[in-house]
Amino acid sequence: MKRFIGFIKKEFYHIFRDRRSLFILFGMPIAQILLFGFAITNEINNVDIAILDHSKDNTTEEIINKIAASKYFSIKQMITREADIASVFQKGQVKAVLNFEKDFGRNLVKDHKATIQIITDATDPNTANTITNYVNAILQQYQKELNKDITIAYQIMPQTRMVYNPELKSVYMFVPGVMTIILMLVSAMMTSISITREKELGTMEILLVSPLKPFQVIIGKVIPYIFLSIINAVVIVMLSIFIFNMPVQGSLFLLGLESVLFIITSLALGILISTISATQQTAMMISLMGLMLPVILLSGFIFPISSMPMLLQIISNIIPAKWFIIILKAIMLKGVGMQFIWKETLILLGMTVFFIALSVKKYKIRLE
Amino acid sequence: MGISISNISKSYKNVKALQNISFDVKPNELFGLIGPDGAGKTTLFRILTTLLFPDQGTATVAGFDVVGDYKEIRKNVGYMPGRFSLYQDLTVEENLNFFATIFGTTIDENYDLIKDIYVQIEPFKDRRAGKLSGGMKQKLALSCALIHKPKVLFLDEPTTGVDPVSRKEFWEMLKRLQQKGITILVSTPYMDEAALCDRVALIQDGKILQIDTPKAIVKHYPKPIYNVRSNNMYQLIRSLKDYEFNHSIYPFGEFVHYTDSRTDFNPKELQKYLEAQNLSDIEIEQTEATIEDTFMELAK
Repeated sequence: MKRFIGFIKKEFYHIFRDRRSLFILFGMPIAQILLFGFAITNEINNVDIAILDHSKDNTTEEIINKIAASKYFSIKQMITREADIASVFQKGQVKAVLNFEKDFGRNLVKDHKATIQIITDATDPNTANTITNYVNAILQQYQKELNKDITIAYQIMPQTRMVYNPELKSVYMFVPGVMTIILMLVSAMMTSISITREKELGTMEILLVSPLKPFQVIIGKVIPYIFLSIINAVVIVMLSIFIFNMPVQGSLFLLGLESVLFIITSLALGILISTISATQQTAMMISLMGLMLPVILLSGFIFPISSMPMLLQIISNIIPAKWFIIILKAIMLKGVGMQFIWKETLILLGMTVFFIALSVKKYKIRLE
Repeated sequence: MGISISNISKSYKNVKALQNISFDVKPNELFGLIGPDGAGKTTLFRILTTLLFPDQGTATVAGFDVVGDYKEIRKNVGYMPGRFSLYQDLTVEENLNFFATIFGTTIDENYDLIKDIYVQIEPFKDRRAGKLSGGMKQKLALSCALIHKPKVLFLDEPTTGVDPVSRKEFWEMLKRLQQKGITILVSTPYMDEAALCDRVALIQDGKILQIDTPKAIVKHYPKPIYNVRSNNMYQLIRSLKDYEFNHSIYPFGEFVHYTDSRTDFNPKELQKYLEAQNLSDIEIEQTEATIEDTFMELAK
């Protein structure tokens, strides 16, 4: 046991004396969560738009006021000629132009029908789509107010309700994903690098010619990173709760347990990577390419798994991150307990045992 | 409790690193493995320290088989690889402490064994190992290899890249360790260090050329050997190479070691020949063969 503690102490020296790995350990999670939380978002805020009002009556004025009052849009300029539409887009001053037809108000009263053209800059299709939806929503709201005294026969009134994330905040989607990526990368990459470093510097040779058993070396390597990854997980959850107001509906304790499980899965993967790579460079490349890409693309973090081709859907099942994201979303957003996520937990547990068994089997007690 | 090696062979892809090697190292012996780079010294060390499997043959270290009893060997030997293999980001003291701990001992427990060596680096005990000079690194590595009081010590080229003064000190330390009952197998490419061993094995291309005490090896040198010197070293070597009776010519410091192919060699004849080649200040005198001469002769 004393040997073991001595080994772990040595690992901590390595970590704290290597500024680069310290930076990866703690800088990356914070940077990523802030980046995803603030910069990469599907929500729109204060989008600059222009308005071309051919009508200039009370109705259009009311609509324009409503739009201006919403926090989503800010009216950058009023244009007067159709020809200006192209030029404001080209200058990149606005993302959308609202074009009210002539006699908008009168048409609405007389014909019960008036036209407004919403022109959006679709160089960024997601934003264009969102802008259109938001404008539509404001127009519909206005229409409702106009019609509130009139009853129309045969009317379908869809009542949509977005559960778990009623405001469709993208941060709710990113936090579980980012947390998964970071835990996976930090745990797997850092352990695989730290084990291959011993190989590269030749210290593994001395460790092998010592009474230390393979599992002592492996566990000794892993324990400091379990500890640091838990700190990371806590930092991420705190950041998302206090900065992005992300709710944690379920039990924090369960969230912690599941995170520890996933950390161990990733560490096991890291050990496995270290057994097949001879240098730190290789270990890093395998971790980045072999783990980061699948986690981003196939885990359901960004692209929904259900809309992938069948083959990719099947492949996604072997990615631990997919199951952890499901678990995270279930606990954080739905607030469910173990009875709803035992299946995913069991899958992660199985993968962990498999990876550990494989790496202990592949761990070389000699140089060849 | 020594080392016994019988018929060990080892090949990498298409290189025969070791070919049918057999020799014994007696308990408490300081045994040298002398040979140039690529002779197979490191491979042999790795087989004996249980890091590699031999393709053929068997070996025991301190009575334990290198394949079957590898765990026992790992508890009982000290190994210092050729490349500096300590933690560069740990201080001198932390390194030593770490190796003491993983062998289940403490610095205090075996301090007397490493004292002579460690006192020399103790003033730098808070310095990171990576920032030490070559000689100090070797002293630290030796201390780490010794901290658990091994029965057998394996030192793979411990003095390569170390200054002459430190090299001399290092060998004095090995002598003292031997007096404390440790069997030592040391490899070196420096022939002058061979004379300091009890016995040496000359190894080249994976084959043992000769095994004996350094004195006996030198004594068995088959020919009288001469130190030759002149005003122009380069011209001297060229002239000797053109001399029809030459047997071997090796530059050796300020001299050339020369042997003649004839049994009735007369140095005066050679002197005349060299003078005829426009060389001056010529000195020719018989000298004693060194291990290097023997090695060159055997490796011919």
